[in-house]
Amino acid sequence: MTYSALLTIILTPLVLLGLATVLTWVERRLLGLWQDRYGPNRVGPGGMFQAVADGTKILFKQDWIPPFADRGVFVLAPAIGMMTVLLSFAVIPLPMHAGIASDMNVGLLFILGMMGLGVYAVVLAGWSSNSKFALLGGMRAAAQMISYEVFMGLSLMGVVMMAGSFSLQDIVAAQAGLWFIIPQCLGFGVFMLAGIAETHRLPFDLPEGENELGAGFHTEYSGMKFGMFFIAEYAGIILVSSLVTTLYLGGWRGPLLPPAVWFLLKTGGMVAFFILLRASLPRPRYDQLMALGWKVLLPLSLLNVMATGTILMLRASL
Amino acid sequence: MTTLLSPAREQSLPERISKHLPNGLLATQTACDGISILWMAAADLRPTLAALRTSAAASLMLLDLTAIDERDRTHRDGQPQAAFTVVYHLMSLNTRSDEVRIKVPLGATAPTLPSICDLWPNANWYEREVWDLFGIHFQDHPCLRRILTPPTWTGHPLRKDHHARATEMPPYSLTEEHEAQEQDALRFDPSAWGMRRHSDHSDFMFLNLGPNHPSVHGVFRIVLQLEGERIVDAVPDIGFHHRGAEKMGERQSWHTYIPYTDRVDYLGGVMNNFPYVMAVETLAGITVPPRAQMIRVMLAELFRIASHLVFYGTMAQDVGQLSPVFYMFTDRERVFGIIEAICGFRMHPAWFRIGGVAMDLPNGWEGLIRAFLHDLPLRLDEYDAMVMRNPIFRARTKGIGAYTTTEAVEWGVTGPGLRATGREWDYRKHAPYACYDQLEFDIPTGTNGDCYDRIAVHVEEIRQSLRIIRQCVDNMPAGPVKADHPLTTPPPKARTMHDIETLIHHFLSVSWGPVIPPGEARASIEATKGVNTYTLISDGGTASYRTRIRTPSFAHLQMIPLLSRGIMVADLIAILGSIDFVMADVDR
Repeated sequence: MTYSALLTIILTPLVLLGLATVLTWVERRLLGLWQDRYGPNRVGPGGMFQAVADGTKILFKQDWIPPFADRGVFVLAPAIGMMTVLLSFAVIPLPMHAGIASDMNVGLLFILGMMGLGVYAVVLAGWSSNSKFALLGGMRAAAQMISYEVFMGLSLMGVVMMAGSFSLQDIVAAQAGLWFIIPQCLGFGVFMLAGIAETHRLPFDLPEGENELGAGFHTEYSGMKFGMFFIAEYAGIILVSSLVTTLYLGGWRGPLLPPAVWFLLKTGGMVAFFILLRASLPRPRYDQLMALGWKVLLPLSLLNVMATGTILMLRASL
Repeated sequence: MTTLLSPAREQSLPERISKHLPNGLLATQTACDGISILWMAAADLRPTLAALRTSAAASLMLLDLTAIDERDRTHRDGQPQAAFTVVYHLMSLNTRSDEVRIKVPLGATAPTLPSICDLWPNANWYEREVWDLFGIHFQDHPCLRRILTPPTWTGHPLRKDHHARATEMPPYSLTEEHEAQEQDALRFDPSAWGMRRHSDHSDFMFLNLGPNHPSVHGVFRIVLQLEGERIVDAVPDIGFHHRGAEKMGERQSWHTYIPYTDRVDYLGGVMNNFPYVMAVETLAGITVPPRAQMIRVMLAELFRIASHLVFYGTMAQDVGQLSPVFYMFTDRERVFGIIEAICGFRMHPAWFRIGGVAMDLPNGWEGLIRAFLHDLPLRLDEYDAMVMRNPIFRARTKGIGAYTTTEAVEWGVTGPGLRATGREWDYRKHAPYACYDQLEFDIPTGTNGDCYDRIAVHVEEIRQSLRIIRQCVDNMPAGPVKADHPLTTPPPKARTMHDIETLIHHFLSVSWGPVIPPGEARASIEATKGVNTYTLISDGGTASYRTRIRTPSFAHLQMIPLLSRGIMVADLIAILGSIDFVMADVDR
């Protein structure tokens, strides 16, 4: 193993954590912009160091575990959440081959697997808290994330068929001519919705559902353990955004500007879109969300697989 | 009794009741407000009310049920002997003259009356309140527990022999035994709340929603019996915001009570002063000059807009939409800007006075209001696109928490909650007060009585309020803003330095407050959330003998169990949001 690979392995999570932390400030500023108010603007230029202040504060908080909670699982849950998100980044193809394992031949499957494991964080947190609001949140999370995983996987099949590979490198390479967002627009739509549901962001933030459940699955969490859920959520946004960039928006490809700038621009745009969604949409009810998933998104993603397959077959036979 | 069943249109409600009582009336009493008061024996009460309930159709509402401790009262000419009196205030939504107060005299020892919960379901909480605050027992009441005071409270606060403030008691100390007792009283026992622990198939989960929860709009607790996320039963628990506003009315002078009224519905501001000062003016026989009337109406409508904007924003927030509340609070801030320019205060201006308002309008008030009248409709149109036409929002609110007009009347629902069911009823049209009879406005109604219709009615009411305010600005009459009457507060001062009589009068009126002649008066308004009524009894003193505040939120919250059976927790939050209540308005 070369030193540069080791450096990448150490740097990637650190940069990511830093980015996720800064994203908390970006989100609050953007929400402020869209909601006719300022948002945090006191600490540092434009309030930039707000994230640092928040991080410092949360690190110094008492690391408290409620006496009625299941200690072991209670501590494990946020760690799982954090780890699965960070591990997923290993296979994201960054520009200039800066990724850790972006040429893994089953990269996409690896990410789907990691996201599947991520459900455990929420479910275990809800269960081990031994509190009713957390339990309801965990229950919602289990149902929501497991069902949305199904269409997430299915919606990606179109991309895999077109690229002929599970490797994210190859998928980016296959978009040299045309970004997949155009032929795979249906799959893109389903993947976006499933992605929001996976990161449980508004409008699909039912596991937290502030207005109903207080804080949902992390009601009993405080201090850095809460902070880990929080940061994992933002890292999750970055993950899904960079996935969308990689799978549908041509990855780091783009004219004129250097690849790194393109990658950042596309991912940043997606992140901003996530935040805009949060600023604008109300939250559907739990059963409406499930109905949307199974009755609309599942048939759509199946249709997408079928149509893509048919067209590819026809084209191959011509 | 039989003819009670056939609607005799030519006879008013009081006449019909009095003619057909088996034992006749004990007495009749006329109050300053012109509403008949019929005294009847306890034995006649239930048969009479039952007959009324069946005959008078779906439009007779039990507006209020309360009691009076008569033991310290001196001016009771012509009234039957009583230590306590229970008052049933019935109001027909159809005819203005069909309004009556039925009074039942009770003795001092173990006062008891039959419950009327089976006739009017909204009597439930009112009877509990009377039991809690007066110690009057209601037979066959399904759940006669304390409602506003804690379960461990001793005594009945609105009795005249109960202390009014902490300084009248020895210093408080919490012994360990007492603490254990209090803790024990807090322990939740589902059977005491009328709920079962498990069904044949499964155990229920009991979820304690509140008293501190982001969506209960204040300190309000609902105990939910859940099967999964579906609500089997819900039991609201109120009283966390109880501050004894009615008891304070017996201590403060007529004038100094005005600021307390501001804080009852804390979103309504001067809207709360309105029925109070109107009731005092009725007692004192004061005629308010037209300019003061118009100013009062204008400010009340401004506060209606402010309150509805809070409702609109928080409603969107309750179904998870984060942004509207910020836009609407920005608009509300503009309303407060105008209110501050006129009154010098924002949320609780206490700006109405007995006989008029505190001051004339400031220079430039017109410009401020006209600019606001121009801007708000444009923003309301934007909100329609953002909230009312949002598919997710519609899916969350349409068909949720629906009730019919009949149910609304049975439960004492007024205001937007009643209008959303399709009933075109507004107290400003039903019995126009102040100068509402000179103003043009429509009563918005809904059709389904669900959450969405309630919100739509609120939104349209904002537009109608703007219309009223525009007419006020265009037609503001000139003249004094305070009646020229010796009982107005603060009293006229112009001649105090010229003759000793006026000086003495002024001095007494300022230091003790005005002495309002004995009598009873009730004044109602269409407040932001429904009918708000103040019933005042003067015993010829400088303070009210009994202040009764009938608030709309109290009646509306009672309906929650009815609306919430079989729905999801998230729906309950939407229903709570759409009811538009303020806990201070419930608990007083």
